[in-house]
Amino acid sequence: MNTLHERRTTIAWGLLVLGTLVTWGMGAAGLTGPWVAVTILAIAFVKGRLVILDFMELRQAPLVWRLVLEGWLIVVSALILLAYWMSLK
Amino acid sequence: MMTDALDPHAVALSGRRLPGDLAIWIFILAEMAAFAVFFAVYAFARARNVELFDAAQLTLDRRAGMINTLLLVTGGWFAAGAVHAARAERLAAAGRGLWLALACGAGFLAVKVLEYADKFAAGLSMSTNTFYLFYFSLTFFHFLHVVLGMAILGILLGRLRQGAYGRHDVRGLETGTAYWHMVDLLWIVLFPLVYVMR
Repeated sequence: MNTLHERRTTIAWGLLVLGTLVTWGMGAAGLTGPWVAVTILAIAFVKGRLVILDFMELRQAPLVWRLVLEGWLIVVSALILLAYWMSLK
Repeated sequence: MMTDALDPHAVALSGRRLPGDLAIWIFILAEMAAFAVFFAVYAFARARNVELFDAAQLTLDRRAGMINTLLLVTGGWFAAGAVHAARAERLAAAGRGLWLALACGAGFLAVKVLEYADKFAAGLSMSTNTFYLFYFSLTFFHFLHVVLGMAILGILLGRLRQGAYGRHDVRGLETGTAYWHMVDLLWIVLFPLVYVMR
């Protein structure tokens, strides 16, 4: 009964759980520093992409919609990264 | 058992199609734009006040934030599963998926209420400092979106019972669950940004 699409959704969920636990673990372990922050942001980016492509099903949508939502993720991540970089000064 | 090639959904996938109604996507974009501004304002406010933000962040319940993230991504998975099930005319499974997604939402709200109660008991509020102003306003704004998302899931459940969805039509189901996934997506950025990144 499981279609390829359903399997992909389940894999996405597994990765989302894994990413969440890694992010939390890095915080709980008290890890700090720019590379930790960048890693946490990168994990959030990948998680957001999984939701956009596999949960919202935009992988199969007209490209413009996929780009608009992925673009949102890129812009938000870039702004957070810029602000983080400024905070290091 | 059907093979992937015979699955009606797999066939539908050969053409590019936006799930749900166009209107919901316009609405989702407007909401996401508002949150993008909110996230950016938070990040830049922190850049001007790093010590305060980093110190205050340590008083947050990171584990509650993690549990809530797990609840939302799991709720998203159940909602996505409900759409798949409805497409295959497995309507009981679709209903179960929506109920489970609702339960995840309720769990999220419960954890959040406990978290707020804890903060208030510790004498923390929006007026404590800039960090807490952001923490309460951002998370409460998101909280309201979870409530709206759950109301939408409830409507979907009602319409599913009336036979509105199935192999013949899942558009309404796609429309409602798209909003639910947006709530998930926003929290996926909010959690690391406010609770963990420092």
